[in-house]
Amino acid sequence: MVRRVIAGLLLAASAASWGQDHGAAVAELRPANNDIGDIASLQRGAKYFVNYCLGCHSAQYVRYSRLGEDLGLTDAQVLENLMFGAGQLHDTMVSSMRPEDGALWYGVAPPDLSLIARSRGVDYLYNYMRGFYADPSRPTGSNNLWLENTAMPDVLWEMGGTRSAVFSEHEEDGVIMRSLDHFEVIREGSLSEDEYERVIRDISNFLEYIGEPIQLERRALGVRVIAFLLIFLVISYMLKREIWRGVH
Amino acid sequence: MAASASDMVDRLGRGANSLVRWIDDRFPMSKLIREHATEYYASKNFNFWYGFGVLATVVLILQIVTGIALTMNYKPSAAEAFASVEYIMRDVEWGWLIRYLHSTGASAFFIVVYLHIFRGLLYGSYKKPRELVWICGMFIYVCMMAEAFFGYLLPWGNMSYCGAQVIVSLFGALPVVGEALAEWIRGDYYISDITLNRFFAFHVIAVPLMLVFLVVVHIMALHEVGSNNPDGIEIKDHTDESGKPVDGVAFHPYHTSKDLVIITVFLIVFAFVVFFVPDMGGLFLEHANFEPANVLQTPEHIAPVWYFTPFYAILRAVPYKLLGVILMGLAVLLPFFLPWLDRCSVKSIRYRGWIYKLALAAFAISFLVLGYLGLQPVSDTYTLLCRLFAIPYFGFFLLMPLYTSWEKPRPVPERVR
Repeated sequence: MVRRVIAGLLLAASAASWGQDHGAAVAELRPANNDIGDIASLQRGAKYFVNYCLGCHSAQYVRYSRLGEDLGLTDAQVLENLMFGAGQLHDTMVSSMRPEDGALWYGVAPPDLSLIARSRGVDYLYNYMRGFYADPSRPTGSNNLWLENTAMPDVLWEMGGTRSAVFSEHEEDGVIMRSLDHFEVIREGSLSEDEYERVIRDISNFLEYIGEPIQLERRALGVRVIAFLLIFLVISYMLKREIWRGVH
Repeated sequence: MAASASDMVDRLGRGANSLVRWIDDRFPMSKLIREHATEYYASKNFNFWYGFGVLATVVLILQIVTGIALTMNYKPSAAEAFASVEYIMRDVEWGWLIRYLHSTGASAFFIVVYLHIFRGLLYGSYKKPRELVWICGMFIYVCMMAEAFFGYLLPWGNMSYCGAQVIVSLFGALPVVGEALAEWIRGDYYISDITLNRFFAFHVIAVPLMLVFLVVVHIMALHEVGSNNPDGIEIKDHTDESGKPVDGVAFHPYHTSKDLVIITVFLIVFAFVVFFVPDMGGLFLEHANFEPANVLQTPEHIAPVWYFTPFYAILRAVPYKLLGVILMGLAVLLPFFLPWLDRCSVKSIRYRGWIYKLALAAFAISFLVLGYLGLQPVSDTYTLLCRLFAIPYFGFFLLMPLYTSWEKPRPVPERVR
């Protein structure tokens, strides 16, 4: 229920920003179920990110060298597999597409993705990437369930295939609300449904990781800090009892 | 060998003693230590509620230390502020920890201070002879609000930006001088690089200086009159031959050793937040603030950080902006007058009548509910609820002279339990 409301709000906001007069499409927001500790998934996510996202989106606060360190990749692996331009290892992930060109070509500059998981939440990103459907009325040929009339094309179509969305309409307080009924496959992708799910999950996972690269270390350190404090609590309590012994 | 070692310890001890004497002849070091620690007597029956004063001091020090570390890498300019915070989070050694300690510390400061204030309400700590302790404390609270407000703009996120826009525009609601005043605060026609620069100056220099000064005055005033206790009895009324209160124990080592336990428990909770839920699901660090300030894109729902939301709810409950601003100001101002609004002679809730207990409960609940409502998007139901719960908030103060004079307190014992 809460998810539906959030989804409705997000969609209402996106529809409003695009000046839509009909109600928004509502579908079930599914949890991303990604595991930030899964290094193999993060490595695959990095691969997909540089191949499919970095063309337009930057992650300007993320350094390649840090990426290599955290994802268990050698400098050579990073240089060979993740860096296609003539950059330095300590560079940050900046797209070769200039934001002003993006604004000109798509109507809006593709946002930087360094912190997108922290501002939008990883579940939203996961659903957004799964939410593309064919829509011939759009200049990119595709639309999105979660951000109606999104400027972003369906860049993963080769892997995921193309599908159209069938909506059902109902009226709610005088507003016509659309909700997703089902998808219809137009063209099969190169991956199976499960394989494609995993690709989306890997990218979501990667986006959550770059949102806060320290998060794995942070939790591990937290366990040690709290363990120390618990031991210190026992000692300080014994000290207090000793000092207060004579007080009645 | 052993003889010469003990001889050395002896000589060191004598040396230290003469150093202390040398200082004491020139500065009241030993006197200060005696008056504020080893011979400052506070009641031995302090309970859970008496821990939040020392915790507020701990958090203040934490905020100052982490704040200094943050300013070493933060850039107070509209072009660089957001990126410099991410630089701290990613590239500065331990920068993420320093930043999370500071951001969590801000919320922790308000939590411990709200509980500290509530302790005052429970046990009548604002009553004679502690009126100045209370008023000074309220000034500290107002300073904290200013400090938090100025600091919140610094990350230059979209919520920082729009939040500052909303709050500064409140001054614009004042008649005649309003718009000019808002412009004077911003230093510009809108929140800009100039505003960020001056807010930085206020956040790192002006307000902290005032805070530290007020905290010193707060503690000096407290140590002059002595601490209250859960029974609301003056322990100074019962002293032994040497003039030491019989129900009191020295601040050091008794209360300091107890405080060490309290601080450790606090740090465990604090560390849990810092290391496991630093953004507290968007409550301590708001999601919209991970997007840089953008004049053209207002977040769909602007709410101040949780510690301001009770007042924000009162502001939104009123359809006329000026009246809303006045009521919000009044909500902060009224507690200052508490020592004179309360007509009951008994301090502690343990011996007060049911009327005060009921009023305090209604006040506490209304404060919490208003805090919740201030976080929610505007709707007719919520606005109605805001109005409904603003009544006990204001009623607690405005009707206090009446209901506290009808109150029939129970007899107060001679000595603390």
